[in-house]
Amino acid sequence: MSISKELVKLILQKDKSVADNTIAQQIAVLRRESITKPVITVGSGTCGMIAGANETFKAIEEYITDRGIEAQLQKVGCIGICSMEPVVEIHIPGKTRLFLKNLTEEKVNDALDDAFHHIVPAEHTLMQIENGNLSAWPNVPNYNNVPFFALQNRIVLKNCGLINPYDIDQYLALGGYKAFIKTIRNYTALQICDLVEESGLRGRSGGGYTTGKKWKTALFEQSEQKYLICNAEESDPGAFMDRAIIEGDPHRVIEGMAIAAYAIGATKAFVYIRSEYTVAIQTLDTAIKQAKAAGLLGQDIQGSGFNFDISIRKGPGAFVCGEETALISSIEGDRGMPETKPPFPAKQGLFNKPTVVNNVETLANIAEIINRGPSWFSAIGTEKSKGTKIFAISGKIHHTSLVEVAMGTSFRQIIFDIAGGIKDDKHFKAMLLGGPVGFCLSEKDLDLHVDFDILRNHGLGVGSGGLIILDENNCIIDTLKYYMDFMQYQSCGKCIPCREGIKRLFEILTRITHKPLNSEDNSTLERIKGIIQLEEIAQVMKATSLCGLGQSVVNPILSALERFKHEFEEHLYERKCQAWICKQLRTFTIDVDACTGCSLCARKCPTSAIIGSKRMPYFIIEEKCIGCGYCIDACKFDAVFVK
Amino acid sequence: MSSSAIAEILKNFQRNRSEALIPVLQEVQEADGYISELAVRQISEYLGIPSSKIYGVATFYNQFRFSPRGKFHIQVCFGTACHIMGSSTVLEVIERLLKIKDGQCSKDGLFSLEVGTCTGGCGQAPVIVVNGVFYGKVTEERIKQIIAEMQDEAI
Repeated sequence: MSISKELVKLILQKDKSVADNTIAQQIAVLRRESITKPVITVGSGTCGMIAGANETFKAIEEYITDRGIEAQLQKVGCIGICSMEPVVEIHIPGKTRLFLKNLTEEKVNDALDDAFHHIVPAEHTLMQIENGNLSAWPNVPNYNNVPFFALQNRIVLKNCGLINPYDIDQYLALGGYKAFIKTIRNYTALQICDLVEESGLRGRSGGGYTTGKKWKTALFEQSEQKYLICNAEESDPGAFMDRAIIEGDPHRVIEGMAIAAYAIGATKAFVYIRSEYTVAIQTLDTAIKQAKAAGLLGQDIQGSGFNFDISIRKGPGAFVCGEETALISSIEGDRGMPETKPPFPAKQGLFNKPTVVNNVETLANIAEIINRGPSWFSAIGTEKSKGTKIFAISGKIHHTSLVEVAMGTSFRQIIFDIAGGIKDDKHFKAMLLGGPVGFCLSEKDLDLHVDFDILRNHGLGVGSGGLIILDENNCIIDTLKYYMDFMQYQSCGKCIPCREGIKRLFEILTRITHKPLNSEDNSTLERIKGIIQLEEIAQVMKATSLCGLGQSVVNPILSALERFKHEFEEHLYERKCQAWICKQLRTFTIDVDACTGCSLCARKCPTSAIIGSKRMPYFIIEEKCIGCGYCIDACKFDAVFVK
Repeated sequence: MSSSAIAEILKNFQRNRSEALIPVLQEVQEADGYISELAVRQISEYLGIPSSKIYGVATFYNQFRFSPRGKFHIQVCFGTACHIMGSSTVLEVIERLLKIKDGQCSKDGLFSLEVGTCTGGCGQAPVIVVNGVFYGKVTEERIKQIIAEMQDEAI
């Protein structure tokens, strides 16, 4: 039975004491202050699910039913350490909350046996949340002492993995929607815009435009209808913070949206979310329904006269739809093509009405700003970049994770101190900040600080928050080629520099990762010519493309040219890829002693580069070899190897 | 999918509203696995949008397909994290095992293969998705196992 209506009433009441005893008890359970029966939660965000959270959930369910244990079993969002999924929390009455890592299905029985007998399942220990009144588990680090959490400043991710995203009651019991109710009862729209502007909050999608200013532009527009759009398109492949926020704490986003809508005078909002994010869509849909049932969305909310409704629009998949004008076209039912600005959407946006487009992370900050005041927020971070930023770290990193740090933290701290450094003791080579429209940074940039303006002064940007780490086994040129290959299909095709430019850049990069095909045509010359033109094409695209996509798609190439020039040269002149990633540059040799002369490789070779006569060792003509590797696969005697 | 089934989906949307186009296409594809010519004509008539325009919008986005899917629809995630962790090898292995290429459906109608955009499961890269079920950290052996399981299931 949901007690959301009672909890909302409690926010409205001056006197915060709860008269009804059963409700007071329920609130204590929701806050996890005093529970009567065990609570077990399973981190079931997309990452957790892929790691086997559903199977773990079933195993736990079986365990408690078989043994007749009366316990609450819940699915929660991601706590942030994807590499330790499935993460399971066990909260036994009287004890502190205990978190276990890597608890796959087959390990469930042993771990639960231990925990219910008050023994710490040592192999799986992650941390506990100490609480003065509860007895702590021995030899388990507290939340504050785990470096991964201790060095973060979790504001937006505060509840992720710790509360049940499918239960509005828990969000309410922990102080949720207080900011929204305070907003509609005590403040005018302009006051809220002022508060948010004063806090210094800037858009988290990369541009860094002051949120309060954007809201004011829309507020001052005269129109009978205004719209708010929450941009959850998150098109950067490799970024997943918006998904994790929605999966872990959807009501925080809804509350942020409701306050933003009030501040600009919008009554209708859309969440534009990628259709691939099935779990997030489902979580958000449930959360919206619960908020409606609790009287926090809909007509005349809590008697304030404010009407507000949210609809979900599933983005059918186009990178460019992360750009606000393209996103708007997509909601209108058109191809997602960007428009020239001005007019800015805040003046003339969706259906030609004033529209504010805000990113998920931006909106998730709002409730906390209203609750704690703008000066609390502006005390976090640097002089001009306030608050925190979430990074989704993946690739060759020890802890693939979601990390929220105060602005001003250095990348070295994020990668080495929080995320545990490079996987398998390899060496750091590069980091890709902000995906295909971001930057390719080297070791020298590790000491840069996360700050909109510092990075801009270096010709860089914070970007979406995707941070992908490469080690010595990755090839920069191959990664750039991958980006261009991906982006050539993502360009909407409206303006020529972007549509044609990306294709040409991809061709040039492809050529230098191949050996010249033959000496008769001009492929050797083309390779050299291409590299000379690479930078020029990129600069032209940056200067002349219509929207942010075309202007910034060249960022990875330009930043890599500055930092990894030697790698370009090595591919070009020496025709060599140190990391052995670029297959077509590989050269093979046949071990004379191991070769039995079976002729299988020669028959498989598509370019007839292998010669010899039967029962004698075969030989590879280097000039003819295209590095396809068919011979290595064909050889049954391991006689072929990479030179 | 019969025209009455399509009409059933269309009933939930207002007539002649062009902004309903994408949600309509998504629902039709969800029910049928792809967007048939019949569906395009019927949607065109209902929403008052020329079928050429519908085709133009639908082909712009990655999500929409115009040919039927296999019983098992395999999507290989090609996000950056997956690429770094070796998704091109994963694709190669699947192509070799099933003898179909990206965008194709096997002759027996059992498998279809598609290169997908980021699923957001970067922590468990490389990822493949089969009929909505995610498989993380896949290796050649794991793929062989998954495909064998599906072949068994089909019999």
